[in-house]
Amino acid sequence: MYKIVKKEVLNPTVTRMDVLAPFVAAKAQPGQFIILRVDEAGERIPLTVAGYDRQAGTVTIIFQVVGATTEALNHLNEGDSIQDFVGPLGVPTRTEGLKKVCVVGGGVGCAIALPVAKKLHDQGCAVTSIIGFRSKDLLILEDEFRACSDTLHVMTDDGSYGREGNVCVPLNEMFAAGETFDQVIAIGPLIMMKFVVEATRPTGIPCAVSMNPIMIDGTGMCGGCRLTLHRDGKPVTKFACVDGPDFNGYEVDFDEAMSRGAMYRDFERKAHEATCRLFQKEVE
Amino acid sequence: MPNMDPKKNPMPTQDPAVRAHNFQEVALGYSEETALQEALRCLNCKNMPCVSGCPVNIHIPAFIEKIKEGDFEGAYQVIQQSSSLPAVCGRVCPQETQCESKCVRGIKGEPVGIGRLERFVADWHNAHAQAAPEKVPSNGHKVAVVGSGPSGLTCAGDLAKKGYEVTVFEALHTAGGVLVYGIPEFRLPKSIVQKEVDNLTAMGVKMETNMVIGKTLTIDELFDMGFEAVFVGSGAGLPNFMNIPGESLKGVYSANEFLTRSNLMKAYQDEPVTPIMKGGKVAVVGGGNVAMDAARTALRLGAEKVYIVYRRSLEELPARKEEVEHAMEEGIDFRLLTNPVEILGYENPEDKRDPKNGFVTAMRCIKMELGEPDEKGRRRPIPIEGSEFELPVDTVVMSIGTSPNPLIKSTTEGLEVNRHGGIIVEENTGATTKPGVYAGGDAVTGAATVISAMGAGKVAAKAIDEYLNK
Repeated sequence: MYKIVKKEVLNPTVTRMDVLAPFVAAKAQPGQFIILRVDEAGERIPLTVAGYDRQAGTVTIIFQVVGATTEALNHLNEGDSIQDFVGPLGVPTRTEGLKKVCVVGGGVGCAIALPVAKKLHDQGCAVTSIIGFRSKDLLILEDEFRACSDTLHVMTDDGSYGREGNVCVPLNEMFAAGETFDQVIAIGPLIMMKFVVEATRPTGIPCAVSMNPIMIDGTGMCGGCRLTLHRDGKPVTKFACVDGPDFNGYEVDFDEAMSRGAMYRDFERKAHEATCRLFQKEVE
Repeated sequence: MPNMDPKKNPMPTQDPAVRAHNFQEVALGYSEETALQEALRCLNCKNMPCVSGCPVNIHIPAFIEKIKEGDFEGAYQVIQQSSSLPAVCGRVCPQETQCESKCVRGIKGEPVGIGRLERFVADWHNAHAQAAPEKVPSNGHKVAVVGSGPSGLTCAGDLAKKGYEVTVFEALHTAGGVLVYGIPEFRLPKSIVQKEVDNLTAMGVKMETNMVIGKTLTIDELFDMGFEAVFVGSGAGLPNFMNIPGESLKGVYSANEFLTRSNLMKAYQDEPVTPIMKGGKVAVVGGGNVAMDAARTALRLGAEKVYIVYRRSLEELPARKEEVEHAMEEGIDFRLLTNPVEILGYENPEDKRDPKNGFVTAMRCIKMELGEPDEKGRRRPIPIEGSEFELPVDTVVMSIGTSPNPLIKSTTEGLEVNRHGGIIVEENTGATTKPGVYAGGDAVTGAATVISAMGAGKVAAKAIDEYLNK
């Protein structure tokens, strides 16, 4: 069992937890993920590492309540325990040798982008961060990003905070002004990453994306997390759990990934509703 | 007097029409009386040909003699000297190609039902035995076992019996490896695997779940922690796909994923938390035991029609005969000499947001004929030009093998692998190219059987014992 030592509500749908998992905390790197099961009967879900404290032996996860499992997780409190918590899995984000990077985070993806930005900043890299949200009440981690970015752009779709527009607006402006980077790293919803890749493509700047497909074991056994890369005109199958989760954005077949991500949408909606009803009953 | 009936006592089974809709065990096991009758068919040959056919060399005539005497616990003790998992092996071993293939009674008639007797003895023991296995006093040496599948459990058990302090590291949340995530309940009940794991725990073996060796800890770190030898039984890895168009459509699974969802994540239950596509028409591609498991699982999940699509003929089908017969009795439709060339999906050109887009609708297949034998002696399947046809299906399960798990080799310096990714070992010891590290099972051979993995675990345990006593 893995104890929740700290819980913080970041916004109405996003929660941060520090979980005591010393073996995972000792090894975790930005870009890697963990797999957890809330309870004995729960499903296994992957969550990307949002931070770690090697001394305290804790790993930070930040998650959005989107389904039955995240709903159940969100009902746990400080002092409660998570049944299973395994990691760190996947390949860490490559940061070696980078001197000037643009980190783009969208929504809860900012939670995963933050440790990457921090690591880059700590190694002396110039960091430009763009973080985007639907609206002001969904904003998270602004201060944390400001602390590790040389330049920070905060965007909201409805203009209720920062600038109005999506993350591609400042990105396109920078490219138009002749700005260049060693690397663009985009972490967020698939559709956002797809647009960041398309915005970056004409510049030829390498563009990494972090994929988060449906997974079960996370160790390269089941193949459920496979995705297609188009490399030199040929389709190549890769497994996000062992080959990723970071991939060259120019090669990723986003349309296929979006389609596969929706495989169990109906099931997930029903399961989430059932879980909500269950918790509702407990309250009553 | 021996029982000279040329036929084995039949194994009682659930009625095919009933069992096709439940996940309870298909084979029900011998009664004491039937076991006695079957035991009496054994001639107790002096040269014991059956023993040479057993990968772990169980003293078969000796345990059958004990059954004849009605000493079922004594029979169990005989088996237990050689095998750590008799209740498992009695169920899933391919006895027809091992011990039973060497049985003298098989020359004129059917061999002695050794597997069925082994199962009987193990089940009798599990139902009647009072005392938990004894803990052997520690010899002060620590050994790490990576993976809790058949090779890891066997290696751990053998070492624990010799007094080693053994810790088993398992990546998943439950111990048992393929016995839990792969083999379905109706062929190997989870409670039987759990019992075997509990026995090891009672013997002092520590089970650490949620530990991915190669990620959470490396092999070198295990040595730093004081383990003096490491056995790697990390099992099968990445599933193979055919590399035909359409394999990323929704509704295409690897057998590993399909079975893991159903078995380990219990998607077969009424209100699962892990989803699985069920119902409709299902095609399972492949002809091994795993393909049979996937097809029969799909049927039990509620599919209206299940096909096995296999490119060779019935004769070459690699699955156990018993499994194939069971599958046929249950109504699985075998499409032999047939090979998929493309998986087709739904596409609404008018509406890109149609939720049905991207789901499987059919599999395009081509008929095959058998040509000259290949290097393994199996006749090579050749496509028949112009014979393509569409098989309407909703789900496709690819069951065409796996390659060894990549996580350990990528993080362990000095551990060499062959071109298929299998860890290179000395056959007689399981020793790898890294001192103190031994390996066995699918991590070495690629997909193989439970008993051969157990055999490898046994060989390695003996070698580790010798290595640490040098």
